[in-house]
Amino acid sequence: MARKASAAKAASAKAKTPGGGKNVGPVRRTFAPWNDPAAKPFILFENVTKRFGDFVAVKNLTLGIHEREFFSLLGPSGCGKTTLLRMLAGFETPSEGRILLDGQDVSTVPPYRRPVNMMFQSYALFPHMNVADNIAFGLKQDKMPKGEIADRVDEMLKLVKLEPFKTRKPHQLSGGQRQRVALARSIAKRPKVLLLDEPLGALDKKLREQTQFELTDLQQQLGLTFLIVTHDQEEAMTVSDRIAVMDHGEIVQVATPAEIYEYPNSRYVADFIGDINLIEGTVASVRSGKVTVDTPDAGKLVVQQDIAADVGQKAWIAIRPEKVRIGLGKPAARTPNVMRGEVWDIGYLGDVSTYHVRLPAGTTVKALQANATRLVERPITWDEQVYLSFAPDGAVVLLS
Amino acid sequence: MAAHQDRAGRRLVILVPYLWLLVFFLVPFLIVVKISLSQIAISMPPYIPTFSLAEGWAGLVDAFRQFSFDNYLWLTEDDLYIRSYLSSLWIALVSTLIALLVGYPIAYGMARAPSHWRPTLLMLVILPFWTSFLIRVYAWIGILKPEGLLTVILQTVGLLSPDEQVRILNTNTAVYIGIVYSYLPFMVLPLYSALEKMDGSLLEAAEDLGCHPLKAFWVITFPLSIPGVVAGCFLVFIPAVGEFVIPDLLGGSQTLMIGKTLWAEFFSNRDWPVSSAVAVILLLVLIVPIVAFQRAQQRAHEREAG
Amino acid sequence: MNRGPSWFNISSIVLGFAFLYLPIVILVIFSFNESRLVTVWAGFSTKWYGELFRNQGLMDAAWVTARVAFVSASIATVLGTLAAITLVRFGRFHGRTLFSGMVYAPLVMPEVITGLSLLLLFVAINFDRGFWTVVIAHITFSMCFVAVVVQSRLVTFDTSVEEAAMDLGCPPAKTFFVITLPIILPAVISGWMLAFTLSLDDLVIASFTTGPGATTLPMKIYSQVRLGVTPEINAVCTILIALVTIGVVTASLITKHQEVERKRAEAAAVQG
Repeated sequence: MARKASAAKAASAKAKTPGGGKNVGPVRRTFAPWNDPAAKPFILFENVTKRFGDFVAVKNLTLGIHEREFFSLLGPSGCGKTTLLRMLAGFETPSEGRILLDGQDVSTVPPYRRPVNMMFQSYALFPHMNVADNIAFGLKQDKMPKGEIADRVDEMLKLVKLEPFKTRKPHQLSGGQRQRVALARSIAKRPKVLLLDEPLGALDKKLREQTQFELTDLQQQLGLTFLIVTHDQEEAMTVSDRIAVMDHGEIVQVATPAEIYEYPNSRYVADFIGDINLIEGTVASVRSGKVTVDTPDAGKLVVQQDIAADVGQKAWIAIRPEKVRIGLGKPAARTPNVMRGEVWDIGYLGDVSTYHVRLPAGTTVKALQANATRLVERPITWDEQVYLSFAPDGAVVLLS
Repeated sequence: MAAHQDRAGRRLVILVPYLWLLVFFLVPFLIVVKISLSQIAISMPPYIPTFSLAEGWAGLVDAFRQFSFDNYLWLTEDDLYIRSYLSSLWIALVSTLIALLVGYPIAYGMARAPSHWRPTLLMLVILPFWTSFLIRVYAWIGILKPEGLLTVILQTVGLLSPDEQVRILNTNTAVYIGIVYSYLPFMVLPLYSALEKMDGSLLEAAEDLGCHPLKAFWVITFPLSIPGVVAGCFLVFIPAVGEFVIPDLLGGSQTLMIGKTLWAEFFSNRDWPVSSAVAVILLLVLIVPIVAFQRAQQRAHEREAG
Repeated sequence: MNRGPSWFNISSIVLGFAFLYLPIVILVIFSFNESRLVTVWAGFSTKWYGELFRNQGLMDAAWVTARVAFVSASIATVLGTLAAITLVRFGRFHGRTLFSGMVYAPLVMPEVITGLSLLLLFVAINFDRGFWTVVIAHITFSMCFVAVVVQSRLVTFDTSVEEAAMDLGCPPAKTFFVITLPIILPAVISGWMLAFTLSLDDLVIASFTTGPGATTLPMKIYSQVRLGVTPEINAVCTILIALVTIGVVTASLITKHQEVERKRAEAAAVQG
């Protein structure tokens, strides 16, 4: 666990994460060019700033994305993620800095001459053209021979399983089908990079989950570089190789989904991805990979982590609810991190229950427990005094 | 009881405007048809037969016997009428096309203007429509007449020698200008609403797929604005065919338009039966574009709903 | 989406509006001309306005026109609103097709035909022509415009509000006056304004249906215009333009103000 929390802050493609040393969560495939210092990013935003009048949408941002990567830009609305995407598509020109695509500066190339294609949030299907004409549109612009266009259109229709809808107009399709047409149209030209702006935002939950997996399949099958903009953290977690979390025009953290979840570098990221408990305190000691934080709620708590922190510095212990154990009796003596509190509320979700426990100094900690037994036999109830505990390697200490 | 009251109230709501329109719109038109089948007479009213309810059924039958299609035959005999109809259609068509050419760039510019300007621009297009039609036509007389403002300006600029004058007033050119000017808002508004509704990301998508912006106009913007083009053209064409004030004030003696012919037939010749026949035929001529227009509108609504 | 207005767009807007407004502006300017010539500027003067007010015929015509417009617009608004409700709310009933045809037809009917047919009706039933015949004629065509304006508002009306009122025990007629009417009122008012200006404007229909003592302003203007352009007529036109402009601009400013207030209240509610 030789990770430095500050390392992930580097908003660069060459994340200074020492590779290999730490294997967090199941890795989808062994594809991690960002860990290779020799690898050149395929897309490079270099000190890019974008202003709209007085408003700074993107602030001096540097980011590298590798070939065949499935990269997500994640953040709340107005964080600059869409602007970044639109600059790569060519709809906006950077106010400062430059954008390199495969080593070429494309900052001022108009959109119709860029080898990137975009799938629009609204799908932007041409309402007066049928499905086949929509898909063929980009190919016709390239003056591709008619026969080849027809073949490519058929191939695309097959890829997105829309062969029977070839001659339908967009308004005769369901939301999911429109989404597929938009996808087929944007990959028909075999772009070097596919940009997806909230691609699944308009679909309902079930269809969204299904489509997420189809997208990742498609991406691997075609070997394209995907850059996706989303505000849905679950979507980003599911599909991405790496995620960049953005806030106010800046990148807060770039890492793989598992790293982002397990090792957020700030309260902002921790809070944005999933549910997390934050217990405030001051750093009491830092030594040999162990940080002790003195908290008003539970006294000294220990976290196993390499971190450059000063004693007396303000810090937050961040721990996911599912990593907090809850019990009526005192846990085994060797458990270092024990907190006492009163059950404030219980959220019963069927498979799991969330216990909201109020600590002495007022912080509420959530503990997630699988409901291994039937409801009637549930031992912990409202207003009861309980013990909470967590393992030193289950939490992270955040300094910002 | 309450339900009974509701039904009575409902019936009243329908009945009042229904009866009004029957009495003052449909019945008058049937009278026009009837008089168009009558003969001119030197009396008041200046046509026969007249029938009154006092004569009962026999009187009605008697009146029907006297009906004739002479007035309609007359319309075909004197080529003044046919030329008037054709010339009305032609002038309306040319004016409509000019209005489209003038109105499209305006509507396009408005639809692409920053969104906080658009309500103001829209109001500026509608405002002339609220000011009197007559005044707007009148305003052009001062500009177009031989010793008018256009002559003065052209002479000052040097495009016209001091002894020359523009000859536009009392020609068909002046009528075109008048119609285009008066009906331009009717062209611009539907075009604007069609263009403004258009999703801007469609053009971005076209560009993204390699289409040059100028070409994107012809393959995306224009086809999508066709409902607006159709609506605008009908809204200019239909009233322009029956126009009276513009050809009367701006046109010359050789300007033939059916509205003017009807007016003259009625007020100068006092031939009520023939002017009624002219009106009936004018309406028949207009029914084709009116029905076509309503079909187009209905299709547009359905498209929006679907 | 807005990459700033292009030069093409700006120039087409500027040229378009110049075309729409220059003739009117010129007319207004020359109404203040000292000289009787309407093409040569001879200094500023308001004397034509003075002469206008001494022209009894013109003043009478203006008074007739204002009365006709007010009465016909008011009745047309009531009838047009009823027609709109019938079309939007009452679904199918006997003669609906004929009714909707009669509502839409006057919108596209050439004025010469509307005028002629009404005149023939009045003659046939031996109705004395004058003030009331013009009013009836104006009601008939302007109620259809009112119906269209109110109808477009009613179509977007959320009927669950009415259902809520009735659910709470409000009978239909009362529901209309306390719920529906206040909500559609802006459309009804703009319908009235439209009817008023249509009546104010109308030359052709009034010429057919008028009788002794009911000469309207457009008829008066028309008879003088045929004789040539005069500064008095420019002055009348300027006054009419000013009145209409003030009316329309005020109405749109009020609407805009209400909109801004509503948005501000909404923003405050969201923040609070």
